[in-house]
Amino acid sequence: MSPTDFARRQVTGRGLPLPGNDIDTDRIIPARFLKEVTFEGMGEHAFEDARKQNPEHPFNSPAYKGASVLVVGQNFGCGSSREHAPQALMRWGIRAIVGGSFGEIFFGNCVMLGIPCLVASQADLEWLQKAIGRAPQQPVTVDVEKQEVRFADRVIKATVPDGPRNQLVGGTWDSTAVLLEAGAAIEATAGKLPYVRGF
Amino acid sequence: MARTLLDKVWEAHTVRTLPSGQTQLLIGLHLIHEVTTPQAFQMLRDGKLKVRMPERTFGTLDHIIPTADQTRPYADPMAEEMAVHMYRNTKDFGLPLFDMSTGRQGIVHVIGPELGLTQPGMTIACGDSHTSTHGAVGAIAFGIGTTQVRDVLATQCLAMAKPKLRQVRVEGALAKGVYAKDVILAIIGKLGVKGGVGYAYEYAGRVIEHMTMEERLTVCNMSIEGGARCGYVNPDATTIEYLRGRPYAPAGAAFDKAAAWWKSMATEPGVAFDDVARLDGGAIEPVVTWGINPGMSVGVSQKIPSPDAQPEPERPTFREALAHMGFEAGQPIKGARIDVAFVGSCTNGRLSDLRAAAEVAKKGKVAKHVRALIVPGSQQVAKAAEAEGLHEIFQAAGFQWRKAGCSMCLGMNDDKLQGREMSASSSNRNFIGRQGSPTGRTLLMSPAMVAAAAITGAVADVREILR
Repeated sequence: MSPTDFARRQVTGRGLPLPGNDIDTDRIIPARFLKEVTFEGMGEHAFEDARKQNPEHPFNSPAYKGASVLVVGQNFGCGSSREHAPQALMRWGIRAIVGGSFGEIFFGNCVMLGIPCLVASQADLEWLQKAIGRAPQQPVTVDVEKQEVRFADRVIKATVPDGPRNQLVGGTWDSTAVLLEAGAAIEATAGKLPYVRGF
Repeated sequence: MARTLLDKVWEAHTVRTLPSGQTQLLIGLHLIHEVTTPQAFQMLRDGKLKVRMPERTFGTLDHIIPTADQTRPYADPMAEEMAVHMYRNTKDFGLPLFDMSTGRQGIVHVIGPELGLTQPGMTIACGDSHTSTHGAVGAIAFGIGTTQVRDVLATQCLAMAKPKLRQVRVEGALAKGVYAKDVILAIIGKLGVKGGVGYAYEYAGRVIEHMTMEERLTVCNMSIEGGARCGYVNPDATTIEYLRGRPYAPAGAAFDKAAAWWKSMATEPGVAFDDVARLDGGAIEPVVTWGINPGMSVGVSQKIPSPDAQPEPERPTFREALAHMGFEAGQPIKGARIDVAFVGSCTNGRLSDLRAAAEVAKKGKVAKHVRALIVPGSQQVAKAAEAEGLHEIFQAAGFQWRKAGCSMCLGMNDDKLQGREMSASSSNRNFIGRQGSPTGRTLLMSPAMVAAAAITGAVADVREILR
């Protein structure tokens, strides 16, 4: 595939508002579902316990079925490094996330999967969550390149740091190939370290 | 210009600047375990890739292994399958695996420092968020996801942006009955669970400087719970003496050269940090979490706070926490009845943790309604504890003495809470469902406080028991 196949300049799809702060990766996917040697079955377990305990959970709502843009609160994805969390969301159908802030390992895992996570202000997030709730069929556009989110006739500012933005827009987020390009410079760097070279 | 340990380690491990603007950072030590690696090895096979530096990669079994009966095949077929994959993957790619037969098996963040694999000035990665633990010896250590594990296996590198640096200074001296766990819970309570986003934490100040290595490991372990990407303590005499004689540490003349290099990596005086936070160690009392994230905590003499006293955006989470825990605002945390007591985990599963719990266990018997587990962090911790007779103290008091593993920290084996059980736990996360029951409840505290709760049957003030 050429880099353009991987480019994530913008994502357009229906929205899914998920209010609340500090939603951790154990909540997104409980540890008992990690006992798998593949990620294939993760999608059906996204928020499984939360969905069972709360019939009103947005992931249960028929109104948001087929949504691909998740709109969350502060510190989403904190806690465990389990990639199973973004894998579960991705396999549920989520293609982009807009929130107030993100757990850093979760954010990095999302980049590795080509899922942009954009940061918006608290006021804009509250507006967007309510607006989506009123018109769940209307598409949301997450513009990674322009760092904005568009819904109906309104545009809100939503940022993503330069490095990940360049990776997503340039289609270089699948990083193994990029890292391998360094070639012998990897061993050269290692060879200068006293603990590798020998004290 | 004066430089920090983070600056020096970052520079020494920079392979190049990537087109994205990030750093291609060499990873000096890659630790792997059975839960977050099978997919990474499959990606290597699919891409016909090898492990770039097998001699810098070490594996263990910790998350899924049973702590009672470890006879193979394991009773849980899914756990058995994960173990089979770990054996096959490490064999196929030529990587060492510290399994039970080696006597060195244990929780990945316990065995790394214990074996001397973890050293100052290194970059370390592991598919586990508590990799921040290794910063205690003066390493820069990152928890990563499985696709990043693939990257480190295939390239020995990560694409990373350098974090900002906050120095967290804990001054003064700790009172008796106050432990490293209380210090880190107090730090997270003050700075918040997202206060560290974008930062690495450098822990410093008199309290940190006077800590043993095991205490520093506890502090750095929970950096991630404060939102920080990693946390570290500058290498000093304590670090050097801790590493002397460990199996993978340099020996003989090489040790002295290593020690000189390690010390040279420490942050220099006069550095300007991006931020500095200060705590008075003398003001910290034993801390207990009452809610559903590690920032929701109070001193054991205090009352559970009211959502109405919080900033508006935080109130829904506070209400959710009270509802889940079955607590009311204004209720004292002391006296909250418990059903389960758990001492263990990468946070508090080391010898000094077991000693602290045993000192309290000597003072009584586990309350009749409490199920109490002691799970050593590694086979070597278990062996050392047994040599001191700690297991006998625990068993005489009614605690179960188990084999090494992650156990009830995350309930991936059969050590789980049942239903709405309330757990006093020396682990690191009180998230909803964390300890294996979707409705289970967790109160985080120090190992001594867990033992105190076990014998009291409810949250107790360990200072009163030790008096």
